[in-house]
Formats: sequence, C-alpha cells, structure tokens
Amino acid sequence: MTQNTGKMQQHTVVALVYDKPGVLNRVVSMVRRRAFNIGSLAVGHSETPGLSRMTFVVEGDDSVLEQVTKQLRKLVDVVKVSDLKGVNAVYRELSLVRVSATAATRSEIIQIVDIFRANIVDVGHDSLIIEVTGDEDKLESLVTLLKPFGVLEIMRSGRLAMVRGVSQDSAANGVSDEDVPAPAKEDQAKSTPLLPPG
Amino acid sequence: MKLNGGQMICQALLNEGVDTVFGIPGGAIMPLYQTLPQYPGLRHILVRHEQGASMAADGYGRVTGKVGVCFATSGPGATNLVTGLAGAMMDSVPMIAITGQVAREAIGTDAFQEADVTGVTLPVIKHNFLVMSAEELPRVMKEAFYLARTGRPGPVLVDVPKDVFVEEAEFEYPETVELPGYPPKMEGDPEAIKRAADLIAQAKRPVIFAGHGIIISEAYKELQEFAEKGQFPVTTTLLGIGSFKSDHVLNIGLPGMHGSAYANHMINDSDLLIALGMRFDDRVTSKVSLFAPNAKVIHVDIDPAELGKNVRPTVPIVGDVKHVLQQLIPLVEKADRRDWLSHIDELQRNHPLWFEEDDVLRPQDVIQEISDSTDGRAIIATGVGQHQMWAAQLYKFKEYNSFITSGGLGAMGFETPSAMGAQVGLPDRVVWTIAGDGGFQMTLTELATMVENQIPVKIALINNNSLGMVRQWQDIFYNHDYVATLYSGNPDFVKLAEAYGLLGIKVTRKDEVGPAVKQAMEWNGPVLVDFQVEQTENIYPFIPPGTGVDNIVEDPRLVKKRVR
Repeated sequence: MTQNTGKMQQHTVVALVYDKPGVLNRVVSMVRRRAFNIGSLAVGHSETPGLSRMTFVVEGDDSVLEQVTKQLRKLVDVVKVSDLKGVNAVYRELSLVRVSATAATRSEIIQIVDIFRANIVDVGHDSLIIEVTGDEDKLESLVTLLKPFGVLEIMRSGRLAMVRGVSQDSAANGVSDEDVPAPAKEDQAKSTPLLPPG
Repeated sequence: MKLNGGQMICQALLNEGVDTVFGIPGGAIMPLYQTLPQYPGLRHILVRHEQGASMAADGYGRVTGKVGVCFATSGPGATNLVTGLAGAMMDSVPMIAITGQVAREAIGTDAFQEADVTGVTLPVIKHNFLVMSAEELPRVMKEAFYLARTGRPGPVLVDVPKDVFVEEAEFEYPETVELPGYPPKMEGDPEAIKRAADLIAQAKRPVIFAGHGIIISEAYKELQEFAEKGQFPVTTTLLGIGSFKSDHVLNIGLPGMHGSAYANHMINDSDLLIALGMRFDDRVTSKVSLFAPNAKVIHVDIDPAELGKNVRPTVPIVGDVKHVLQQLIPLVEKADRRDWLSHIDELQRNHPLWFEEDDVLRPQDVIQEISDSTDGRAIIATGVGQHQMWAAQLYKFKEYNSFITSGGLGAMGFETPSAMGAQVGLPDRVVWTIAGDGGFQMTLTELATMVENQIPVKIALINNNSLGMVRQWQDIFYNHDYVATLYSGNPDFVKLAEAYGLLGIKVTRKDEVGPAVKQAMEWNGPVLVDFQVEQTENIYPFIPPGTGVDNIVEDPRLVKKRVR
C-alpha cells in the first residue's frame, strides 16, 4: 500500500475534448495542480466537428500521472484521455528553422535539407526558412547540422501522437488504467487509427 | 414561450423541484432577484454573508438529498461563496450556485464588482458555466442540475452576466442531456464483483469501511443486509456516520486519527478491507504504508479516480455502491465469524472510548447529554475541531444521515449556516449545532437569518475560550507554546444571542447541563447555550500524523488507571 513509485518518466497524453472556451484552461489547470511542467502542447480540430484533440508531453512520477489522467477523465468537457507511455505510436513534430545563408553556403544547406527530406519555404538575401517534419531526434539532428551556418530562429509545433494500427491488445495497454480495465479497453479500441504504420 | 434570462432560471429551478434558495442580492444579480416575486414557489432566504448561503445550501443538500441552491452577486458576492463550494466538492454534496456577472461588454475590463468567477472556482468545484446568451440557459440549467446530482455529486456554478438576465429568448426546457464526456457508471463490472466475492470467501478477518457513498446512494438497507449476512464488523468514516445504525452490534464506529483505539486495532488486525463509497482520506489511513498492513482491499466507488489514489485496491469496482451491493450480496455466503467478532469485543474491553467523568464540566458531558435528551434522533451539525470529533465519537445516531460536518475541507464556521440549511430542508426534525467558540465566530451573523425566518436551531456552544484543536497540537508537538490560540476577548455569548433575538442560556457547572438542554428543547425558536467547558480538555485517542496505530495516544488518565 505505497503511494508513489518515485519514477520520473516522460508521458505523452492525448485528450479528446470539446472545442469550446475555457477547456484548455480546465485541462492545463488539472496538470498544474500537481506541479507538472508541460514540455509541449498541441491542440487542433479532430475528425469530429465540435471536438478537438490535444497532445501534451509531461514528465512526472508514474502513479501521480496516472492520478492526473483519471482526474482529467472526470472533467465534463473531456471525452477521452489516453497516456501513450509504452504504446507503439507515431510521434511527429513540425519545425520551422531560419538559418543564415549566403551565396557561398546556400547550396551546402540545400544538400542537408534534401537528405532530411525537409523543405525550403522561404528564401531571403541572407537567410532561408526550412520546414521539417519528423520525430524529435530528426529535428534535433537537423538543427545540429545547421548550427555552423548560423541558426537564427526556431519554431516547433509540439509533439503530435497517434497510436499505430496494430493489434488491439497492445493498443489497450497504453491506456494505463489498470484499475478500470473494462471501459478503458473499449475506450481505446474505438480510437485505434486505421492508418498504415509509418 | 418567450422568457427573459431571470425567468428562465426561476422556471428551471421549479422544473428541477427546487423550493428554497439561500442568497444575497447585489447589482449584477438584481434582475434575477426582481423576477422572484413572479415565482411564489421559490422561497428565498436572505442570509447575512454569502458563505452562509453556500454552507446553508450544503446543509440543505446533505439532509434532503436534493440539490441545495444559492445565489450571489458578481465579484465579492461570488468570491464569498467559494469556501462553501469547495467544501461541498470535497464532501460530494449536490449544489447549484447562480452568480451574477458584470454585463457581457464589461467582462474583462476590471469593471466594478467584477471577478473571474469561473476562473476562481474552476479547480474547486465539479463544473461551471459562463452563460453568454439567454438562449443557452435552458440547456445549461438542465446540465447543471444533472451534473450536480448524478455520479459523484458536487457543486456546479452558473455565472450569468447582468444583461443576460434581461435578454429574452425561447424557453423550452430540455428533457435529456447530452454529455458524452460524463458517463457515470452505476453497475459494477460482474467480473470484478465475482473476484470480490472470492476474496470475501477467503477472508478470516474482514472489515467494512462505510463512507458517505452509502448515504448518497441511500444504500442503508443493502449495507445492513450485506453486513449481517457476512457478519462483517462495520467502521463508519466521519462522513459515513449515519450510514449504519450506531446501536447495531456490528457497528464499530469511527476509525482514523481520532477514531476509537479498538476500531483502529481492528483495522490493523484485519485481512480484508471492504471499502464502500469512501476515499481513504489521510485522516482515516494516517501513514498509508503502516495502514492495515496485512489486508487485501476491495474498493467500491462511483468515482474511478478514487480507486488507487491513496490505497492500492486488490479488487477495484467502479459503480454506485447501492447497485454494487445488490450485485454482491447474493454472491456472499452466510458466515460465522465468532472468533473475529469476539477478538473485536476484547479490543473494545481493553481499549474503550473513555473520558474523565468527575465534577468538572467537560465538552464530552455536553454531547452525551444532548445525545441522551434527543434519544439520538436529532440532526447534528458541527464545525471543525475538537468538538467535531467529540460529537463524532459520542453522539449515538439512531437515524440515518443525520450528521452534517465539514469533513474533507474542514471549514470552521460550517456549523451555524449548515444547521440552518438542514433545518429549512427538514423542518420537522430537531437540529442541534455543536459549535466551537472559534468557528462559531466566523459565521455567527446567520443568527439574524435564523431569527428573521424562525429557523429553530439549537446551538450548543462548546466554549473553551480557545482554538482547541490547535491548542492541543501545541500541547503535543510544540511544548505547550500557545501561539495565537487562547482568546482573551470573547464576547458574552448569552448577551450576543439575546441581542440577535435568540434565547441565551449560560452553563458553567456540570449539574446545569441537563436542565439547560431541556430548556433549549422546549423553547420554540433558536437557542444558544453557552457551555463554558474545561479549557485543557484534549481529544483522545489520537494517532499523530505520519504514524500508524502502534503510535496511538490514548487518554493519559485512562492509561494511568490501567496501570493501577
């Protein structure tokens, strides 16, 4: 009968919420109450009109985070919450990077951009804006390679996450609600994406 | 039918079966108040401070099981409600607060008497709404009542800008609600219930923990049947008092920090805790790692977030405790637990709930006398502190759901307004407030409300001229260093009562207690009895925070006797 496991772990939490004023505040307030820092947050419309999906990344003790997700589920404006820790999911982030570019360095930068399957979306006299999509490792490697040219500005969208279309068993594991297994499994099964892996 | 916003709210209240509202008007909520005369079915009780309104609505909601309703104006009116709302949330009480807000175009401009009330209340209540047009009001009111009274009940606030009260729109009250993000689960999972029945069949020393959930779901009959069939001893948490008859042979009474030593030893010796509609509050468990170390746990609650929050259950069951008990009872075998029950008898003999009975007037004498004189059939409302714990230990409740106390939030000042709300809700019951002199002075303005509305609450002021519980902790943990706990300028409470128009009675000697209680009972109106009790009396037993039952402190006078 112990309370906290004391393990600090990164969790990606996906919540399906009503698209109306104050909902973000309600969700964030619940996370704030346990003094978790939100590492990234992305919100946008879902496939259902009137519902938004938010992905946020928090670092925290496993059992405390489990309590937070349960409390989030209780919010009237929150339809569904999944903690994707330990789940096979696709993680993507979009980043815009403004990098110094002179006539001398431009072609070298373009080569790096091609290798990363990134795009150049703006060309100026002395800089370029590069758009890149991928997981965080990819984004960070690109930035590392661009640093010698002079990185002027970085914007990141925050992590998006979607469970891969695999067997329901492994998808269900991610709900991390061992105390209420029956409804949680059903909950997760409904959201198993039909997209191909990748 | 076209109605304005204020009329819509009144009509919705009537549709939801509301007959009483506690509140205070003010600028932003005036248009709602001015429509009240059109709705004679709504009785408005004008309190003297908004905290009194929310706490009265709380007391009303607890004893009637209906939704308590309070009104307040924008800004300071609404912020004054907050302590009462937070308390109702912690103790799962159905409540609706309607607050005025500044007009729509003034919102966010730091207008006169503006406060971000939905922002302020968001973390401490079940849900809230800011209503930006009158046409939303029928749906919002329907949802607010549905949310307040279903699942785990709680307070819901509806914040209405002043100009929305006067805006007209079509009024059609919805019959159903659509809230897909809010599905209360009533039935327990049959698999989990089977596993629970298996654990029960294997258990040798099971104990039931009965909490507020039994009272909320009115599972009294089911609890008694379940306990009798399985011969389970029942310990009732602070808010579970009145879920099981206190004179029942299986009722072992209050557990936890100030529970009886025998109840705590029983829990410690148990091999299975059957927790029904309770949440393993830290006042129940003390240090969790030392709590019931050999017990498996079946935990039933309608709120999934409670399962595994403090204590990891072996079998968690999400559901309404009444439904779950109905599912579980047929699966439980009739049992003979003579060995376990006689062990508990022995614990009771060795560790009795005891207090010194000599010539000195002590708080316990007062509560015992009120218990006897009312034959255990009064509604008892308390504040927070020593007097609350003595009331919980010593009053012998013979009626269900008759103990009204601020458990989770522990809000001093709860005693007077909550008693008033309970008396309004159940006018035929005798209602006593057991108050401390500290908490009483936080909300005593409601004496005027009682007199004005002829609400005949009997107030037993356990007056030790101090903040007794904190003083006791100073005795134990701070070497009797009484910082800011002893009063030297308390008023003459009898004169105070008389100034408000109550009957005031002063009691300084033990032999005056009986006659004073009798006189109070015979008086046809609100009464205050100032019981000037021994200041140094402490509440025992006591499990110091952060420890377990091995560190239980029993009354030193009892320990001395035992040694002799």
